[in-house]
Amino acid sequence: MRRLALSALLLARVAAPALGEEPARKPAALPGAAAPVAEEHPEVPPPPFSEGIFPCSGCHADLPVDRTRRALSAMHDDIVLRHDEEHRWCLDCHDATDRDWLHLASGERVGFEESYRLCGQCHGEKLRDWKAGVHGRRTGEWNGRKRYLLCAHCHNPHAPRFKALAPKPAPVRPTRPGVAR
Amino acid sequence: MKSLPVENASAGPCASSCTRRRFASIASAAAAGWLLTGCGPKRLREMPKERLRRALDEMEREYATQRGMTVKVADTPPMPGVLFGYALDLSRCIGCRRCVYACAGENNQSRDPQVHWIRVLQMEKEKGIDFREANPYYQPAEVPEEGHFYVPVACQQCRNAPCVKTCPTGATWMEPDGIVVIDYEWCIGCRCCMAACPYGARHFNWTLPTVPKDQLNSDTHYLGNRPRPKGVVEKCTFCIQRVRNGRYPACVEVCPAGARKFGNLLDPGSEIRYIIERKRVLVLKEELNTLPKFFYFYGT
Repeated sequence: MRRLALSALLLARVAAPALGEEPARKPAALPGAAAPVAEEHPEVPPPPFSEGIFPCSGCHADLPVDRTRRALSAMHDDIVLRHDEEHRWCLDCHDATDRDWLHLASGERVGFEESYRLCGQCHGEKLRDWKAGVHGRRTGEWNGRKRYLLCAHCHNPHAPRFKALAPKPAPVRPTRPGVAR
Repeated sequence: MKSLPVENASAGPCASSCTRRRFASIASAAAAGWLLTGCGPKRLREMPKERLRRALDEMEREYATQRGMTVKVADTPPMPGVLFGYALDLSRCIGCRRCVYACAGENNQSRDPQVHWIRVLQMEKEKGIDFREANPYYQPAEVPEEGHFYVPVACQQCRNAPCVKTCPTGATWMEPDGIVVIDYEWCIGCRCCMAACPYGARHFNWTLPTVPKDQLNSDTHYLGNRPRPKGVVEKCTFCIQRVRNGRYPACVEVCPAGARKFGNLLDPGSEIRYIIERKRVLVLKEELNTLPKFFYFYGT
């Protein structure tokens, strides 16, 4: 509720999510607001959902919304939140009224395929670099079509620290005839 | 000396027992043949386009008979207005060596004896970039290791390249798009370039490179990843067979951390220019004035 009040203050024109309207994807720029980074939509692959988890409304549509902050026990107890967990929990990013969406701090709903806008609220400099092609993995053409990845393809949103990997084999040490390695 | 045997050869019938005359006629024929075939440029870089294509077709036929498979040898020229540059994010690299093996596969590097164009050096954070303390043989269960960082080193594509300056035969040079390449037909294997390179980026084929047939990349470029003979030097070419067709190098696409960046230094909108203009950038062994086009940066 506090968030709603905040969003009403900041963005009077954005429809409140509780009204269940169509999500406003591109709110009109507010007069006086700092010019945002150009809202281009990079070509991204589908979000990396766990098998069979999406759409979330498959289960959540019939469930009552419980906004109290708590440890999850009935479902999703495999999710360990290691992402500023002292200050945040599920409904800070996931939309309470329609779980098939995420939402920004403003209350604006964003789809999972645009989740970089959500991440960019805190990690603005990473979002800027990502849009420029400097943060994150790129495939495709250096002078043409580039394939981006979403933040969530490399960082688990619930525990975003980059996972350690097993390295490929070390190079063979050079040998000389008659000299043991 | 040459005119005498020619006169002899044309004067009168030659008996098969006349050994001196027979020798002279054969020698003169050989000299004439040498003169005819020796005309025109023999280096691949100096050949006119049509003649180069004929030479590469010949090369393709040779590979087909040697290996029993079709190997395409392209002669894609440099694009105008392009100078390739590379940037590697030291704050992202985790030392997983995915790039090393992607490079070896893409560029047909010998499996045994092993040739790797990329060498990933593990360094200690406390000591900074110190090549004396670097360890390329690390093999923990998982990387990155605590207190360490990783510096992958391959050809730095210097604008003032010591290897090019030292090559006695002119078998290595910088292309107009900035890629330092080697003509494997013209390399005599003296390894002067290897001694000159301060980055250890050049590698010698002590034997005929071995690549299993099913692993051979048949999409090749004559200045890059085509199968090499024994006794020549090879090195990173920014994946010339890919980048001249607009694609990213293999190491860029495989890097799971997204630490490797590539683009056109002359394009102000390119990723590489964004990095150089906004990030903390360094080059290795700057004091040697090699002027690398391979930059290291800190993305954070």
